Amino acid sequence: MDKIRSHIMVCGGTGCVASHSEDLISALKSELITAGYDQEISVIKTGCFGFCGQGPIVKIHPDNVFYVQVTPNDAEEIVKEHIVKGRTVHRLLFEEPELKGKLETHDDMAFYKKQYRIALRNCGMINPENIDEYIAFRGYEALGKVLTEMTPEDVFYEIKESGLRGRGGGGFPTGLKWELTSKSPGTEKYIICNADEGDPGAFMDRSILEGDPHSVLEAMVIGGYATGAHQGSIYIRAEYPLAIKRLTVAMDQARDYGLIGKDIFGSGFDFDIIIKLGAGAFVCGEETALIHSVEGLRGEPTKKPPFPSESGYKGKPTTVNNVETFANICPIILNGSQWFKNIGTETSKGTKVFAIAGNVNNVGLVEVPMGTTLREIIFDIGAGIQDGKGFKAVQTGGPSGGVITSVDLDTPIDYESLKNIGSMMGSGGMIVMNDKTCMVNIAKFYLEFTQDESCGKCTSCRIGTKRMFEILTKITNGEGTMEDLEHLDALARMIKDTALCGLGQTAPNPVLSTMNYFHDEYLEHVKNKYCRAGTCKALSKYSIIADKCIGCTACARACPVKCIDGKVKEVHVIDQSKCISCGACFDACKFDAVLKP
Amino acid sequence: MGIKSLDDLKKIREDSLKKVNLRETGKDGEDITELMVGMATCGIAAGARVTLAALLDEISKNNIENIRVVQVGCLGYCHSEPIVQINQSGKEPILYGNVDDKKARDIINKHVLKNELLDDSIIINTFQKA
Repeated sequence: MDKIRSHIMVCGGTGCVASHSEDLISALKSELITAGYDQEISVIKTGCFGFCGQGPIVKIHPDNVFYVQVTPNDAEEIVKEHIVKGRTVHRLLFEEPELKGKLETHDDMAFYKKQYRIALRNCGMINPENIDEYIAFRGYEALGKVLTEMTPEDVFYEIKESGLRGRGGGGFPTGLKWELTSKSPGTEKYIICNADEGDPGAFMDRSILEGDPHSVLEAMVIGGYATGAHQGSIYIRAEYPLAIKRLTVAMDQARDYGLIGKDIFGSGFDFDIIIKLGAGAFVCGEETALIHSVEGLRGEPTKKPPFPSESGYKGKPTTVNNVETFANICPIILNGSQWFKNIGTETSKGTKVFAIAGNVNNVGLVEVPMGTTLREIIFDIGAGIQDGKGFKAVQTGGPSGGVITSVDLDTPIDYESLKNIGSMMGSGGMIVMNDKTCMVNIAKFYLEFTQDESCGKCTSCRIGTKRMFEILTKITNGEGTMEDLEHLDALARMIKDTALCGLGQTAPNPVLSTMNYFHDEYLEHVKNKYCRAGTCKALSKYSIIADKCIGCTACARACPVKCIDGKVKEVHVIDQSKCISCGACFDACKFDAVLKP
Repeated sequence: MGIKSLDDLKKIREDSLKKVNLRETGKDGEDITELMVGMATCGIAAGARVTLAALLDEISKNNIENIRVVQVGCLGYCHSEPIVQINQSGKEPILYGNVDDKKARDIINKHVLKNELLDDSIIINTFQKA
């Protein structure tokens, strides 16, 4: 009996692995053996389903049942109930917060309804460590078509026609990039995959590499053919061990089949790929710095021109493309540029993957057509703000982007529209903030990151970001002056104009955009020494409302620094010079008598 | 094995597709037969496990594609367990009762492959009339 009648797909992305999905897989396997079902049910470790906030995720085919937050302890019940008796385990189904009902199938979930998966097409569908499964879903067919039926010109023309733009953030037309490298003189050319994903909270590229590594390898070979390169490098940060492991497995399998190596598809075209590990420096996402790092040099940017398409790796014409950009290539070749062009907006075609994080209900990975509004992403797919709080802002583009407020929530997302409202597409990090978030503190958080990650080559970035961070620290400590605000603004504009590379040029964006949209909060911090969100400890003073306090002593008992004074049945008082603003008294009070700053 | 042409790739794809096609769900116009086996306590007690195994065995022997075997809960005909219901697109569901190893193999060989109903074993011919 070798007929497998059901597949139990268990998410093996980093997020779910961290919540013990590997233990779950072994538990399911051993339960199946105990029940005597191991010959007809297979357990498959797959890539990221995107619904990371509810992981580990389990999906059962062909029943199309989707379980969330499954622990190894649930394995027995899943096997005994679902597999043996055909009864869905209702307690493990996802409950849509608004519907209050349990949803059995994955297609009904609002989280998936508005998504359109091109780059993530195979994530959660296949076992990433099995090349045959990739091939079953039309894998390597695009490469076969390219090598046997198309000229390199046809390939970059098709990609150019499709309107695909770089998904790493810059938005440069991919087909044009390929054409430029192809037309650069010389026979020794290179192609590099930029997998140096560094934005805080972003994990799009990691999930693609973990869930569907072959889609990137196949596209790199296609890119090599189109540009005239015979060697490709994947520059990936060493802190992505699972992605590196799956890539290595995928490369070995592709090599065994002859899909990378010599004379691919009998076409005479040779192409090989190597992995180059990076140390995880943010600046190495910038292509010139990345190329230097691949060469074994210090990861520092150099000025452009010359562009890598003329002089890149080892001084030869080089194409650098992002992981997600590569993941879009094969569907374009298979379905045609016209198909791709019909998705998206006037200037931005196709889809974009976003990693939604922060104070949002459904934290995860989503892929939506360009032109979807931020409101749809945050409120429909993301299911709104956690704990019923209000929406304040969303940061796109990570440390290089800016905040977007509720006024602009209905902006259809594309490269241009986000730029117009003071942010940027970036690589796809999207951090949602609730109304209890201090915007000065957010700017400080990003500046702390960029001043730390600045490579130090140019003065404006090295010293400028450091000074901006110092001013922001001063303001959040309640020591800021009006002059500081002027300096901050002037400094931000100066760095933007004078920094050498993209890191420095965009580092002031979080400051400029928060100062623009939340100027009053900066003023409150400086003039009134007040932080309305209560995040800046030095500025948040808790106090007790005398009329409401009944003298129950709950707050005094909860206070870790014993700064609340008062006798039983008498009004209590907080000594604000000792208060560390931990909020314990606020949580302890049952009479709403503690005033939270 | 090396892949040297699109045809080589196609061969691997066809073999692999058989292993993953049950993951494609809900596509219109798909000609898929669904066999539902009642696997509640009564069904299992009456021998549904043997029935299920026989169905799978016969399917793999005959190398039948586009077919799914799904275990379901109690179908309500506890007196005639084990129960197998056959759903085919465009046809009314057919319910067979007292399906033992032999009948399970007959279902595959006659009903599924030749479209011949096993009249003696049908307990009711539509689900709605139950």
